[in-house]
Amino acid sequence: MTIDHRAPPPPSGPVPWDKDFAQRLLADMLRTRRMEEKCAELYGAGKIRGFLHLYIGEEAVAAGALAALRAEDNVVATYREHGHALLRGMSMGAIMAEMYGKREGCARGRGGSMHLFDAQTRLFGGNAIVAGGLPLATGLGLAAQMLNEDRVTACFFGDGAVAEGAFHESLNLAALWKLPVLFCCENNLYGMGTAIERAEAQTDFCAKAASYAMPAQRVDGMDIVAVHEATQQAVQRVRGGGPMFLEYQTYRFRAHSMFDAELYRDKAEVEEWKTRGPIHTFTARLKSEGKLTEEAFLALDAAAQREVEDAVAFAEAGGWEPVADLLKDVHTS
Amino acid sequence: MTRRLSYREAVREAMREALQNDPRVFLMGEDVGCYGGTYAFSKGFLEEFGPERIRDTPLSELGFVGAGIGAALGGLRPIVEVMTVNFSLLALDQIVNTAALYRHMSGGQFSVPLVIRMCTGAGRQLAAQHSHSFEGWYAHIPGIKVLAPATLEDARGMLAPALADPDPVVIFEHCQLFNTEGELPDDWRVDIASAKVRRAGKDVAIITYGGCLPKALAAAETLAAQGIEAEVLDLRVLRPLDTASIVAAVAKCHRAVVVDENWKSGGFAAEVVARIMESAFFELDAPVARVCSEEVPIPYAKHLEDAALPQADKIVAAVKGLFS
Repeated sequence: MTIDHRAPPPPSGPVPWDKDFAQRLLADMLRTRRMEEKCAELYGAGKIRGFLHLYIGEEAVAAGALAALRAEDNVVATYREHGHALLRGMSMGAIMAEMYGKREGCARGRGGSMHLFDAQTRLFGGNAIVAGGLPLATGLGLAAQMLNEDRVTACFFGDGAVAEGAFHESLNLAALWKLPVLFCCENNLYGMGTAIERAEAQTDFCAKAASYAMPAQRVDGMDIVAVHEATQQAVQRVRGGGPMFLEYQTYRFRAHSMFDAELYRDKAEVEEWKTRGPIHTFTARLKSEGKLTEEAFLALDAAAQREVEDAVAFAEAGGWEPVADLLKDVHTS
Repeated sequence: MTRRLSYREAVREAMREALQNDPRVFLMGEDVGCYGGTYAFSKGFLEEFGPERIRDTPLSELGFVGAGIGAALGGLRPIVEVMTVNFSLLALDQIVNTAALYRHMSGGQFSVPLVIRMCTGAGRQLAAQHSHSFEGWYAHIPGIKVLAPATLEDARGMLAPALADPDPVVIFEHCQLFNTEGELPDDWRVDIASAKVRRAGKDVAIITYGGCLPKALAAAETLAAQGIEAEVLDLRVLRPLDTASIVAAVAKCHRAVVVDENWKSGGFAAEVVARIMESAFFELDAPVARVCSEEVPIPYAKHLEDAALPQADKIVAAVKGLFS
């Protein structure tokens, strides 16, 4: 099977949401986008170091999917998780401070960009081993099942994870034990610089998931309406018992990380996908349906930018964890 | 008062007690249920506790160890049995990159109260792929505790504090010990923090753990007949290592032999020797000696396997070398 790297046709059809909900999800994507644009700038300025993997272009997935979850559900994410952390409910300040390495960060400067954690919103990382989160999510599902808790675990991972043994072992276990886990594959067509058809003999990921006897569905990950509606239904199904697999077809507009010269893909391909950008296409749809005015859009965007400025100010004002506490939290006691 | 039982029965009793006392505890691993446990540690458990809590897994070490981590994060107290340390290499990523790191990496937000048990060691003619001793590798990793029960008390007593620990604990049970029998004292409760002197002596400290403990004790008897009183220190806990007890034994005896089934190169004995150098160098009357496995994959044939492993006679020879 050869992969068509061309962007899908633009989303069409009415947005089945009221104005408030639609604008909230648009705001979620805007907040994520503005935050990450600032991160890139701060990386250039040397304020953020280490690896920085931006989610720019993929925002519809986190925004649409996370809005389908409840507060008591679990989320497991990857190293490209800034958006998931923010939209799960973490403060942008705690995220930004963590990227600065400050003590006000969510992990007190231990984790950085790739390891955002939040016990309060049940975000279990920020796992930077590809597919490392899948066994963990399976176990969280097992705990919910054994403790009789009505709790879905949404596990996000990229297309690269599908080649790992952990993917196959986890899907098998989750299906075998009928665990309430939603496997959310963010397929952006490249595992770092390797296109999926250069890494996978079978590029139909839904076929792989279905081989573990679980329902699997492909979703246009550039269309927040499709993402949210499909995830909503999937979550309901998972809550009723048994795992499910969703493949969100999406695209990363920026480099894999800040060290990537992007030798592996055509600029034209990137440009074409950008025309399908989840924010501007959704904005246009809402405007055409009378659910958003230009003034309202500008207000949402301005609010997002203010939030970013406040987060940066919070991180800048933060302190450094004392070196005397270097060995803290290796063990509980 | 004491009562007679085997190491296997002691481990079994410990697990049974944990399952009875805490509904959050469950056992998961390959063939722990229908088969009754590869080494019969969980024989009858499936009938007693049911398939929810005695959970047979597919052969997916990475998957089910990771699921144990997730279950621990989700509020349970899993005991994950990995059949042997050899197969634990397939789960190493989850143990090292997730279980050991999550507390620190999350700034203290998430602890992983997980117990992983596995069989370790050679001596049963199982050849190279089934005879490894990698506990030293695990002891290298901050964030996990590493236990090596060598006695009946520890086989019976270490599991409860391990399960009560809020962080991941890996327990290595040496395959040569399973059938050993002895008298278990009524008060078998133990800590998971300190080394313990198993035989008092004054002339040489034999420092060891796990499957080598019986060999060290046998060597000490041989040496006693020849006028050398060996103190045998059982490390019990490889991480965090009880350096103070090592130093005390060396300060008392002024000579030391470290016995360990790992290979010498980069092995656990090297760490013990380094701590002696750092903290007790001026107590020594002779260089510290090591008795470890020969630098070879463990062979199948009995005479070759015996020759590859630490043995009592090698320990005796190493001790005598310190007095020549």
